[in-house]
Amino acid sequence: MTTVTPSPRPSEAPTGPRGTGSRGTKVLGGAALVGLALTIVYGLFISPPDAQLGETIRIIYMHVPTVVVAYVSFIITAVSSAMYLWKRTEFWDLLGSSAAEIGVVFFAVTIVDGALWGKITWGVFWRWEPRLTTSAVLLLMYIGYLAVRAIPADTRTRATRSAVIGLVAVVNVPIVHKAVDWWRGLHQGRTVLSTIDPEMGGTQLFAMYASLATGLVVFAWLLIHRFRTAYLTERAADVGLDDAIAQRQAEGAEK
Amino acid sequence: MIGRFPALAGVDLDVEPGEIVLLRGPNGAGKTTLLRVCAGLVMVSSGEAVVLGHDLVARRAAVRRRVGLLGHETFLYDDLTVTENLDFWSRAAGATMADGRAALDRLGVATRLHDLPVQALSAGQRRRVSFAAMVCRRPELWLLDEPHAGLDAPGRDVIDELMRDAAAAGATVLFASHELDRAHEVATRTVTISGGVVDEGAP
Amino acid sequence: MIRDAWLVLVKDLRLERRAKVGLAQVLPFAVLVLMLFAFALDPDRGVLERATPGLFWVAVLFSAVLTLQRSFGVEADDGVLEALRLSGMSPAGIYLGKVGALTLQLLVLECVLALGVAVFYGTVFRGIGLLVVIAVLATVGIAASGAVYGALAARLRSRDTLLPLLMLPLLAPVLISATRGFEIGLERQATEGWSWAALLGVFALAYLSLGTILFRPLLEDA
Repeated sequence: MTTVTPSPRPSEAPTGPRGTGSRGTKVLGGAALVGLALTIVYGLFISPPDAQLGETIRIIYMHVPTVVVAYVSFIITAVSSAMYLWKRTEFWDLLGSSAAEIGVVFFAVTIVDGALWGKITWGVFWRWEPRLTTSAVLLLMYIGYLAVRAIPADTRTRATRSAVIGLVAVVNVPIVHKAVDWWRGLHQGRTVLSTIDPEMGGTQLFAMYASLATGLVVFAWLLIHRFRTAYLTERAADVGLDDAIAQRQAEGAEK
Repeated sequence: MIGRFPALAGVDLDVEPGEIVLLRGPNGAGKTTLLRVCAGLVMVSSGEAVVLGHDLVARRAAVRRRVGLLGHETFLYDDLTVTENLDFWSRAAGATMADGRAALDRLGVATRLHDLPVQALSAGQRRRVSFAAMVCRRPELWLLDEPHAGLDAPGRDVIDELMRDAAAAGATVLFASHELDRAHEVATRTVTISGGVVDEGAP
Repeated sequence: MIRDAWLVLVKDLRLERRAKVGLAQVLPFAVLVLMLFAFALDPDRGVLERATPGLFWVAVLFSAVLTLQRSFGVEADDGVLEALRLSGMSPAGIYLGKVGALTLQLLVLECVLALGVAVFYGTVFRGIGLLVVIAVLATVGIAASGAVYGALAARLRSRDTLLPLLMLPLLAPVLISATRGFEIGLERQATEGWSWAALLGVFALAYLSLGTILFRPLLEDA
């Protein structure tokens, strides 16, 4: 992340928001906390354990929301990438990169909690089963996105590169899924997601919905904050730019 | 903008066909950037740029096709021979190898050099080849960044002749140079650029 | 567009003919990878034979990254990339020309590697039809997606470390599909091989289309 700190000119005090919070985010934040409380209470305590998996089933109340959020963010990144290449506005660039960052984090969390569940259930942290394998590949692709984004470049160059990766990566998602499923599908053991019983009822279902809703609310909250931070970073860099232009013109006038 | 650095800030320039305009100014003044903007390689962040009757932003491809740039880099593939380079670059621009060969002759690139890889040539000879690659496209606007640099005396004469012929044929020539004595002989007008700002002056 | 593609293809092949990087550097490297696998996996235990299709394609992938780096490395010097922008050639044409040249170079490499595998691992090739189709489709997919990333990284100095990071996860499904396809082709398994070929075809088509559209912004802005 590049930050340019402008030298403050005495006639212009810094203006603009003091932080990235707003009434909207406070509402979302509150809702997230409520949802979190509900999820914990129902997920960890009130809902019954699974017939076969026992208490370990409770991982789905974390695993499912994180993986759903991860996919939602990558879709947002993909759409933002396409929109950026079409409209070339900063909004789409910042939206896409913010979503990608959050997606990577949630994806990493998904893999970690999947691995922990695996340790308890299968005795090993990793198995080459479709979910985990696909996740690992996708995670690496999006880490590539972040790596490219980290390369210092002017705004348009960085945005173009990011947008291209966003699109290239998303096109590969279904292909990777298919390839891995065909490959490892035969060796499928119990996976976290295969344990979601369609006849889940009552408190389990409620806990499931609560966790999903909470996940999405947390995602929205994070996305808004991250987007605003990115936006402010760009504005700060612009102030530095105006200074530079003024300096350049002064240079010219002197000669 | 080069990154977040404004290379040019306040350029106001009008050039007519048939003119040979000299751009002069200290290092870092923005001469190279101005040439590249006119070529359609660098985007203007604000203001209007109309080159050869086409708006630079809206009709960039049209501008590029009619423009020829001679830069500091060679714009040639080092590993390929002179002939292979001209073959590629002439045909890429819609010209033919015959145009390419004629240009090489005009620029005084000896035939024995034609089948040598470009990296085996001296800097001056490479310059002539780059020039030939530009000339064979018959551009309407010539953008030359220090055309005399690296060339021997006969080479410089050839360049001057080429510039005059081009202007006479209705093309426009815009060139940046530090060799002011020589440049003044060829130029019909001089423009000074300093600190990214244009400052017109009489020749 | 086709004319431009052809020009670029010929130019790239001429470059290869002159500099012989593919022949003198990448090819020996690929053979070396095969040998390294033999050292690592001990030829006597039958692991090499069973793993042959996978090892073949891993060697191809590594070589592909090198070939790709070279393909765009030549465009990075001497302002040639700007000259390409100025030339008025269609970016889609340039892209297809590059993909074509890459595909051809990689196919030649694969032929030699196939020979290497026959010699070093004692592989016997049956089911040639499926193998050829798989190889061609996989190679086109590698070239098509590789050219996109190659263009993205063309102006970067960190190109050499960035390209593998970008390419290899992207090519994971190609590796999986091509290996499984080869296993079937070499009659190691009884299941259907053509569905893998179809998946490779989808990959190739998807990235050819995407690349054709994305090359213009990449050439201009990346």
